[in-house]
Amino acid sequence: MSEDVVGGKVGKGLQSLSTFGAGTSRLEVLAIIATAVIVIGGLELVLRWFEVPHYILPPPSAIVAALWTDFPLILPHLGYTLVVLLSGFAIGAGIGLILAAVITQFPFAEKIIAPYILILVTTPMLALVPLLILWFGFGYEPRIIAVALATGPMVMINSATGFRRVDANKIALARSYGASTLQIFWKVRAPMALPMILVGLMIGAIFGLLTAVGAEMVGGGFGLGNRLTTYSSMIRMPQFFGVVLILSLLGILIYVIFFLIGKKWTSWET
Amino acid sequence: MTQGDAGGTKLAVKAATKRYGDFHALKDCSLDIGANSVVSIVGPSGCGKTTLLWAMSGLNPLTSGEVLLDGTPIDRPRPEVGLVFQEANLLPWRNLMDNILFPFEIKRQQPDRAWIDHLLDRVSLKGFEKSFPNELSGGMQQRGSIVRALSLQPSVLLMDEPFGALDAFTREEMNQLVEEIWLETKTTIVFITHSIEEALFLSDQVVVLTPRPGRVLNVYDVPFERPRTMEIMASKEVFDLTNQIKADIYGQQIAGRAAAE
Ligand SMILES: Nc1ncnc2c1ncn2[C@@H]1O[C@H](COP(=O)(O)OP(=O)(O)O)[C@@H](O)[C@H]1O
Ligand SMILES: [Mg+2]
Repeated sequence: MSEDVVGGKVGKGLQSLSTFGAGTSRLEVLAIIATAVIVIGGLELVLRWFEVPHYILPPPSAIVAALWTDFPLILPHLGYTLVVLLSGFAIGAGIGLILAAVITQFPFAEKIIAPYILILVTTPMLALVPLLILWFGFGYEPRIIAVALATGPMVMINSATGFRRVDANKIALARSYGASTLQIFWKVRAPMALPMILVGLMIGAIFGLLTAVGAEMVGGGFGLGNRLTTYSSMIRMPQFFGVVLILSLLGILIYVIFFLIGKKWTSWET
Repeated sequence: MTQGDAGGTKLAVKAATKRYGDFHALKDCSLDIGANSVVSIVGPSGCGKTTLLWAMSGLNPLTSGEVLLDGTPIDRPRPEVGLVFQEANLLPWRNLMDNILFPFEIKRQQPDRAWIDHLLDRVSLKGFEKSFPNELSGGMQQRGSIVRALSLQPSVLLMDEPFGALDAFTREEMNQLVEEIWLETKTTIVFITHSIEEALFLSDQVVVLTPRPGRVLNVYDVPFERPRTMEIMASKEVFDLTNQIKADIYGQQIAGRAAAE
């Protein structure tokens, strides 16, 4: 019967995204560390040598020092951003996953909905934040909704690709033992979709982080995004870059979490 | 005496017809398969072998006609019928043991551990229970899928070009394994293959299908005792049978090409 043309190819998305972390030897680790030392140290030296003012570009040591002293002040904002990100992500990813699972069962409905999903994926949800603030006020709500709107379509579109990876022979196998539609879903379709679902969740989480920070920059007095606007308006560049550093670390953390989950649960792909 | 004993008809295909749109994949195809026998089906690609086998498995209903298993029509998959696919078709996210237990999970039924252990031993897969499919060779995967199909002790085993993707040596090993399994269980086996040699080594009967529309052209008896030694397989009788079957298959292809021109 029909071969599974997609199987084993699409799911490698996560692996190819993660070549960075895969199979690094001791020598490579050394090279990576040496490069980092040279880049950061070089930046420090150059900025000091030319006496570049801190308000233009602070040297790395000043950024670390500012983070060290001001971290207690930044921490509540980090907490706020995490709440926005995690709730928005949970809502968006949950809805996206359920929609993907349901929609792919009905190819006709999928065709009708596809253009709207595409619009949702391509529209930067940040554009809606001023409107959402108008509707929901300056609290958590507009930001959580923005994050959910950014995350959901990403999760949905990738998961749908996963759920569409139908291997007729695997489904026939389950059917030959009298499996119900629900059993086929949980025991064949869902595991087969898992690698793409993880890709969707990771991209969704990264987009969610971008949107959370962006949404905090628009009005309201809280969150890491708000710190960025505040510190830059106060020309406190070491603190500003300290927050940028925290945001990069958050992004890396998201990446690492999904990399590890992928390694544990989708290693059968390769 | 080591022939499949004529314990009556196990599977009866009666005027099986399968249409995909206007295209007849099978047309008035009739075939009786004796209990405890091994029957191979050969024929050019696309002549409806898989379609016929899936009809026997109850996976793909016929447009008209029927398949009777012990006299009752097959209209959905039956536990007495085991199916082995072209590729091993193991679920890659499950280790070997979990793949073998898959049917029991679906049926919410207690597995017969002793039988499964025996089968694993039989196909030399003891010790690989925790291995994932991507850690096993093609031959091992296919042996695993045979264990899975036999785990429910089916009275009929349907195999769709099970060794087509394997190299020649592995393939011969697998043929011997199927022979051994048959000698032990006497399960009725329907075996689809591209290899006439394989068909003659394994079967009591070889069925040649014609394409467009798929129907039975000839049924050959293969009356050699088992186990089939190299001497038997190199005998004049086997040679003649091989040529007859080849003539059937290639004759059709030439006729088909002539008709197309
Ligand atoms: N789902 C389907 N829809 C349309 N045509 C099909 C379908 N399945 C099989 N066919 C056609 O039916 C014919 C027989 O197919 P199949 O039984 O797979 O042949 P074989 O196994 O002998 O190679 C082929 O020509 C194939 O293209
Ligand atoms: Mg086929």
